[in-house]
Amino acid sequence: QEKLDMSMYPVESIRNFSIIAHVDHGKSTLADRLLEITGTISKTARNKQVLDKLQVERERGITVKAQSASLFYNHEGINYLLNLIDTPGHVDFSYEVSRSLSACQGVILVVDANEGIQAQTVANFYLAFEAQLSIIPVINKIDLKNADPERVEKQIEKLFDIPTDECIRISAKQGTNVEKVLQKVIEKIPPPQCNTADPLKALVFDSTFDHYRGVVANIALFGGEIAKGHKIVSAHTKKRYEVNEVGILTPDEQPTHKLYAGQVGYLIAGMKEVAEAQIGDTLFLYKQPVEPLPGFKSAKPMVFAGMYPIHQTEYNNLKSALERLTLNDSSVTVHRDSSLALGAGWRLGFLGLLHMEVFNQRLEQEYNTSVILTAPTVPYKAVLSSAKLIKEYGKDQITIINPAQFPDKLSVSEYLEPTVLGTIVTPHEYIGKIITLCQDRRAVQKDMLYIDENRVMLKYLFPLNEIVVDFYDTLKSLSSGYASFDYEDAGYQSADLIKMDILLNGNPVEELATIIHNDKAHAAGKLLCERLKETIPRQLFEIAIQAAIGKKIIARETLKAYRKNVVAKCYGGDITRRMKLLKRQAEGKRLMRKIGNVEVPRDAFIRVLKREPDK
Amino acid sequence: APCPQWPYCRKRCSYCSFNTYVVPAVDEGAVRACLVREAQTLLRLSQVHSVSSVFFGGGTPSLASPGTVAAVLEAVAAAAHLPAGAEVTLEANPSSTSTSRLAGFGAAGVNRISIGVQVRGALPAAAPKAPCDAIVTALPPQSLDDAELRMLGREHTAAEARKAVEAARGLFPGRTSIDLLFGLPGQSRDAWAQRLEVALGLCDDHISLYQLTLERGTALAAQVRGGALPAPSQDLLADMYRTARTVLVAAGFRHYEVSNFARKGALSTHNLSYWRADQYIGVGPGAHGRFVPRGEGSHSREARIQTLEPVAWMREVQSQGHGTRSRVVLSPLEQLEELLILGLRTDEGITHERWGHFSPQLSLQAVFGTPGEAQALQQQGWLVLDSGGLRCTWAGLAVLDSLLPDLLWQLQRV
Repeated sequence: QEKLDMSMYPVESIRNFSIIAHVDHGKSTLADRLLEITGTISKTARNKQVLDKLQVERERGITVKAQSASLFYNHEGINYLLNLIDTPGHVDFSYEVSRSLSACQGVILVVDANEGIQAQTVANFYLAFEAQLSIIPVINKIDLKNADPERVEKQIEKLFDIPTDECIRISAKQGTNVEKVLQKVIEKIPPPQCNTADPLKALVFDSTFDHYRGVVANIALFGGEIAKGHKIVSAHTKKRYEVNEVGILTPDEQPTHKLYAGQVGYLIAGMKEVAEAQIGDTLFLYKQPVEPLPGFKSAKPMVFAGMYPIHQTEYNNLKSALERLTLNDSSVTVHRDSSLALGAGWRLGFLGLLHMEVFNQRLEQEYNTSVILTAPTVPYKAVLSSAKLIKEYGKDQITIINPAQFPDKLSVSEYLEPTVLGTIVTPHEYIGKIITLCQDRRAVQKDMLYIDENRVMLKYLFPLNEIVVDFYDTLKSLSSGYASFDYEDAGYQSADLIKMDILLNGNPVEELATIIHNDKAHAAGKLLCERLKETIPRQLFEIAIQAAIGKKIIARETLKAYRKNVVAKCYGGDITRRMKLLKRQAEGKRLMRKIGNVEVPRDAFIRVLKREPDK
Repeated sequence: APCPQWPYCRKRCSYCSFNTYVVPAVDEGAVRACLVREAQTLLRLSQVHSVSSVFFGGGTPSLASPGTVAAVLEAVAAAAHLPAGAEVTLEANPSSTSTSRLAGFGAAGVNRISIGVQVRGALPAAAPKAPCDAIVTALPPQSLDDAELRMLGREHTAAEARKAVEAARGLFPGRTSIDLLFGLPGQSRDAWAQRLEVALGLCDDHISLYQLTLERGTALAAQVRGGALPAPSQDLLADMYRTARTVLVAAGFRHYEVSNFARKGALSTHNLSYWRADQYIGVGPGAHGRFVPRGEGSHSREARIQTLEPVAWMREVQSQGHGTRSRVVLSPLEQLEELLILGLRTDEGITHERWGHFSPQLSLQAVFGTPGEAQALQQQGWLVLDSGGLRCTWAGLAVLDSLLPDLLWQLQRV
């Protein structure tokens, strides 16, 4: 196959853009149509979410791994190179989104003509707006019976200050007006401002791992050119590489001789792990260093969960599946961990909740592995006041991931918890319930705005730990599915945190200790005690199940002693069956975790610690 | 002790999960020939010289004709010595237990009747259990209340049950056993206490007392799971059991096994043979046995199960003389494990002598007298190890199933 000559496309004929939208508003369908119109893919009925390659993406209707595509389009006699840079579809990946957007000069903002503006539409709009990108509003699904594009245009005008006549009404599914969108991209989005004569400056905005060729980095050129044989350096790692291959994505990899300033494509340069091509990094030519592009930061996990094999015999299989999956996702942090109850496993850090779910789902679907995932926790911080501890840690502020490391109040001047700014868009009839829910979650209202006669946008500052377990499910169920939610990182705030212990007959159970807000301790302690009462089998003596803060007991349940459990009938024919059962129980003794004299089966821990899967 | 099984019933009771069959017509002659043949084969294989008991279980063995019972007993007597005093029990169902029928069984050689619900053993019904001891039990009236009987799907009425017990007592004085069931859905503490009083007025010198277990797959279990009938609480069941123990002991009964009470020495010899881990031979569809097949030159105790399904079992007996479907050699440890879980069900527990029979090298004291689970359980008051052997305390017996996994685990580590 002959390599393309990309010098045919000078900066003036290039447009780099993204499509941003709330889940299911039609981003992927619009992308499919754009690919078809430009002849990038042939037009068949099978083109469904061409850019969403993972099973989990198709099932959830979200983009996890951004894919990009270069489109060629002739408009008014000029050949244009349009680079569609896909973005992950959730704020868990907001850093990746911001990096992808920084390679663009404009976005297509897709809004469903029936559902109107949703929480993620708002979040995405502000990301694009703050990046000073041109925004092309598109109202999709006008073919639907309940479509009300006029109402949606008014919402867009009210919330985003975009005149109603700038919205393009389309049906991506039927292809209506899609060509118009392409023309608007050329007319409204400016070409990138850069020069091929400058030294090489390339932004890494994504990377994937290929078993044969190593890391494939997606790059956008902010200056200069790049070709096979060039020696390049990573601004972040300072490592040197020799370029093996460059090319464009259509959306499959297509090698080219070179890539020039303003263009978007891929690069293969002998990088062995994705951590070597971190998103946001800048690449430059060896001995021609440039000022790195702004905004680089390493992925920072915000949600942690323990992951354990269901049976310890599966530990090695799970280990290799984890290794393979993290090859493609360097934003997951992995630390070995072990629990007396659950055995050897890992503590994983994720960018957010959806990231965690998607990771777990990919582990199950792509590697056929089932795991125990514990309820997620968030990283707390403590500002130390004890000179001894400050000396010990070598700093006066520490991050606490494991409750066992929770420093005592006496040696701490302040505890801090992570917060997020949440956006909720809902029909107004659910406002009362939603406000109550948010208050229950210790959230503080920051904004409330009617975006039309019957839709409201609410903004709340949430402690992150209040939304990591079941907030989204609760919100969905109390609004009959109509409210949407999105959030962004909002830093740390001071919080009245305490460590809650669970005691069985007075002995603490290490793996059940939790860090929790003082206001929530009582209810959480009661719930935990109740769940334990249901899951720990009765024993020969009474068991006190208690939640305690320090020496103070805040909740108690009592599990009564067994009074009778001897099987009634045991004659000649019952013995074999009976023996089998008893031997299994005797075998189970070995796996039982003993807290003092109380035996707690592994299942009981699993049922208490495990994250309840979303419906 | 041979235990011949008669696997057929007229109607399946709502709580029963035994290997029983309701068929329109049983070719009794063929079944009889097979029971006789299998009893002969297995007795010969065991080389047992004297049989201490025979137990006809089921199914509903009282549906069989006295001639069948007689034929099996003749075969047993021919293959081994059957002493005149040997216990021969027949399980009987109140509705198939007229005085004349019972008299017929008596003439055939039955000398003990167990009347009641078919509340017995699990899968293996009672076929003639062969060599060492065998007992036949009569059918116990599990309940003496018509509404309860209907719920249990029993074919008989309370009046019939009463009549059957009276008839059996007349013919087998001091050797009639009844079954009592407690923990029926909806049964109250008071209702049970009353039921117990009525039973005491009716019973002979042996009572088997069973907590109703809801076996999976039975009609009754489905009704309880579906919410149509209430399940009794754990505490209520414990109270009922305690009440029964107290009342029966006060009435002069010896609580000699978890579910069995006897006075005037009317213990079931046959059933004791299970709990003492003696040898027994199971004869008939699905019957279980434990014996050393010395006829083959073996010295190892085996766990044997006969073919479950009657037609297949008969075919096998006809072609090869027996319908043994599975035989597993029990290791010395497995034999001790069985002795442990069975022996602790009795009031005498496991004597040093009996333990020594299975474990000549390692004494009871050596295994359970050292620091470990058994000592802890002794200190907590559930268990006793003394010159009489190892046994449960009064409180320990009720929670035996919580003690056994600990004890087995300790035994396995020795």
